[in-house]
Amino acid sequence: MSEFSYEIVIGLEVHVQLKTKTKLFCRCRTEFGNPPNTQTCPVCLGMPGSLPVMNKKAYFLSMRTALALNCGIPKFTKWDRKNYFYPDLPKGYQTSQFDLPMSEEGYLDIKSTKDEFEPRRVRIIRAHLEEDAGKSMHDEAAGKGDSRIDLNRTGTPLLEIVSYPDMRSAAEAKAYMQELRLLLTYLDVSDCNMQEGSLRCDANVNLHITTDDGVIATPIVEIKNMNSFRSVERGIEYEAKRQYDVWQETGKVLGELPKQTRGWDDSAQVTRSQREKEESADYRYFPCPDLVPVIVTDQQIEEVRQEIGELPSALRERLQNEFGLTVYTADVIVNQGLSLVEYYLELAAAAGDNKLAGNWVQGEVLRILNDQEIEIEDFPIDAGRLAELLKLVQAGDLDSSKAKDVFAAMLTSDSSAADVIKELGIEKVDEGALEALCQVLVERNQRIVDDVKSGNEKAVGALIGQAKKENPNVNPGQVRQICLEIINNL
Amino acid sequence: MSIIQKTATEQLALLNSGELTSVELTQAYLNQIEQVDGQVGAFLRVETESALAQAAAIDQKRATEAPLGKLAGLPVAIKDILCTKDTPTTCGSRMLENFQPPYNATVVEKIRAADGVILGRTNMDEFAMGSSTENSAYQTTQNPWDTARIPGGSSGGAAACVSADMAPLSVGTDTGGSIRQPAALCGCVGLKPTYGRVSRYGLIAFASSLDQIGPLARTVEDTALLLEVLAGHDPLDSTSVKQPTPAYSETVKQPLENLTLGVVDRHFGAGIDPEIETAVQSAIQVYESLGATIKHIAMPHADYGIATYYIIAPCEASSNLARYDGAHYGYRTDQAEVVAELAEDGSDEGPLVRMYRKTRSEGFGEEVQRRIMLGTYALSEGYYDAFYLKALKVRRLIRQDYDAAFEEVDMIIGPVTANPAFAQGEKTSDPMAMYLEDLYTVTANLAGVAGISLPCGFTSSGLPIGLQLQAAPFQEEKLLRAAQMYQAATDFHTRRPELS
Repeated sequence: MSEFSYEIVIGLEVHVQLKTKTKLFCRCRTEFGNPPNTQTCPVCLGMPGSLPVMNKKAYFLSMRTALALNCGIPKFTKWDRKNYFYPDLPKGYQTSQFDLPMSEEGYLDIKSTKDEFEPRRVRIIRAHLEEDAGKSMHDEAAGKGDSRIDLNRTGTPLLEIVSYPDMRSAAEAKAYMQELRLLLTYLDVSDCNMQEGSLRCDANVNLHITTDDGVIATPIVEIKNMNSFRSVERGIEYEAKRQYDVWQETGKVLGELPKQTRGWDDSAQVTRSQREKEESADYRYFPCPDLVPVIVTDQQIEEVRQEIGELPSALRERLQNEFGLTVYTADVIVNQGLSLVEYYLELAAAAGDNKLAGNWVQGEVLRILNDQEIEIEDFPIDAGRLAELLKLVQAGDLDSSKAKDVFAAMLTSDSSAADVIKELGIEKVDEGALEALCQVLVERNQRIVDDVKSGNEKAVGALIGQAKKENPNVNPGQVRQICLEIINNL
Repeated sequence: MSIIQKTATEQLALLNSGELTSVELTQAYLNQIEQVDGQVGAFLRVETESALAQAAAIDQKRATEAPLGKLAGLPVAIKDILCTKDTPTTCGSRMLENFQPPYNATVVEKIRAADGVILGRTNMDEFAMGSSTENSAYQTTQNPWDTARIPGGSSGGAAACVSADMAPLSVGTDTGGSIRQPAALCGCVGLKPTYGRVSRYGLIAFASSLDQIGPLARTVEDTALLLEVLAGHDPLDSTSVKQPTPAYSETVKQPLENLTLGVVDRHFGAGIDPEIETAVQSAIQVYESLGATIKHIAMPHADYGIATYYIIAPCEASSNLARYDGAHYGYRTDQAEVVAELAEDGSDEGPLVRMYRKTRSEGFGEEVQRRIMLGTYALSEGYYDAFYLKALKVRRLIRQDYDAAFEEVDMIIGPVTANPAFAQGEKTSDPMAMYLEDLYTVTANLAGVAGISLPCGFTSSGLPIGLQLQAAPFQEEKLLRAAQMYQAATDFHTRRPELS
């Protein structure tokens, strides 16, 4: 068969566990990892006669998120029941929002730091609030069909953010997830831990294949169980190839097959079909009669808007435009999270050199954070102490190699840059002495002089090495410059 | 006159004056239950020991002159739909045969806090679905006025126990008439409060937007006393309304001046038993003689009440009852049978689905299954708009009818039922006939307004007849005062059934 080009069309449904102390409709705690069924009460267990009462905090965290995603906030929103039977859903329905969600029509801009795709605005259909289900643990190995249910998670507030099918590659989907996660951490609304399930992603994927007879669409598949950014990317890539192969084989297009749900198997790196029966489910949504609708005022919405600090996209622009950082440096700093941005801002102000501060944060500081797997909060050199070092670098008192030595020593002591410099015996070399030293070295190395003269400037590097041996405090840049001047004047 | 024939208000005075102890009073009711409940079957469980212990504790409190709650040692019977901590609460269903809630319903807490003595749990139609109490999974309840007849339902036990002097006060629930209809058929007073007046927390839901807990008693005055205890905002129920609770028992005896009552002509004529029509018309004349003005009003959408109700209530029920799946609590089918059945019939149904199916088929009675299916169907894709959504629209129109009526009149007066108590088994094979029992009562639930049923006569064969008054939302205080005006002028409420 001949090969055809295709475009991947992706929409994401992201579930975000909101950072509330208690559940959405009862007062049970929401902590992760406690012994099974220790965070439950008659309400989240769905016991007869128990009634839900909305946790306002969850609603307002959702509103904060929705506003940051540029969504509109309707003044009236209500709760609906999504009815289905499953043992980890003790009421037999999930309290969710159907036709009147708490927010709708927003967007999130994404771009690639590695130029993998053109910047794109991903539109958001809606973000709505709902309660999480419990967890089922199936002991299939025992062959007895034993299942265990943990209802600690039941009733935890979830914000479901549904995008339009605006993404066109797995890299875009991954970038959307990363940018969304970053936004959520800036907003401080979720732990965003994909492993613990506080950030979950389902992808709706199909292909638009350009055939000789025009463009056809393959049946839409929903991919579940993608528990890391990498699996979002891999899962979608795999699924695109699979759909292409299936289309080559069967020729089935959109509408000829029911929507399928497939689970991403991370160990096998494949998607596998899940029960298709689920897809024909009719959830019989209807308004929940136990909960009153939520009505908000313009003033309340404005108050929530005021709570929102500077968001990643605005910060990136500010770091580029006002601080003169490169696109790359601004991205790297902003993408690390708000606390690193704050560190940078403090450092830049104290050091009086925005670019130098940017380079140091993006370079040395981040390297240590990554090597030691620590957060900026645990970084041993505070911005004030580092600024003193940067000032010396900026004044030309320290070359970058020396500065790194000082930096390394500061990591393990509380000393100031000046003290460390003393301890290390670093002294500024007198300019006259330096010139005399260079003069001696040039005279001693005729071959290098010849090399440089014949156009190989790099050869002068050997002189720098020798200079350092003579006096460890020399500035390599200065040595290089003086030596070249002497040689060129010969 | 024996102590149990006195009204709760009279008993309260005796308790407060020290002429009577709560233990004596409680014991007197326990004796009456012992004597007559064999014929009536009002109680599913009599909680003799805990009742006497509570009574003794209250007497003790009184002896130390500690402040007592409003019920101050009066016994109360509780419909078996209200959760009581660590004691069985069955909802008249096999599904909850061994269920003991780990919490109290808010109204149970309130009764306890008011120093009421809980006598026991009264019989009911399973999950409050029925109008005769014949749908109880455990027993039938007989009408104390004629034990061959039904007491009404679903709060049949709640009404029958008051009628037969087995309890001075009783708590029922009303989703489409389940307090007012049995009160009418058993000759006692029953009040359905405004939706939101009483907390539903711990009331096992049938139809959440219609269910409301209310009091039953022999007199309006006693009814006022119990409502005062039950009512009030509850932070655990977001549909309960933040409204102060008036002191009903203090104002109930104040007659209303310039009372205007609305009569709906369609309530009479075709379909209504002539004796009931006569009794209700006479009651209207009593009000006229007390100075009330009678106005004829139209309730144009009232005819759609039953149809609307039997869409909305089953829809909500189908969802509310989904939790009874055998997975977490309550009845579960035998697992070995599930496995054996699947092996035998070779079905590709998984063991989980078969467990659900068998559990629910075995645990629920026929009427409950019928309503779950009706509701499931009406909410299904393609039917939702035609049934559920349409019903919601009609519901709004019915509410508008009431709003318009209450612009013109203070209350609406009319019958509670079209017929007196019918024979046991008479309508069990005809669900439609049974549903029509709610004809005059469902609209109050759909509109969320308050309604009261009180005795207004007897048929020639000696069966009680009920009079219904309905008032605008949160007008219970006026409703009780209007009802009391009638009761003060008549003596139907003083007659007692004769049980051998």
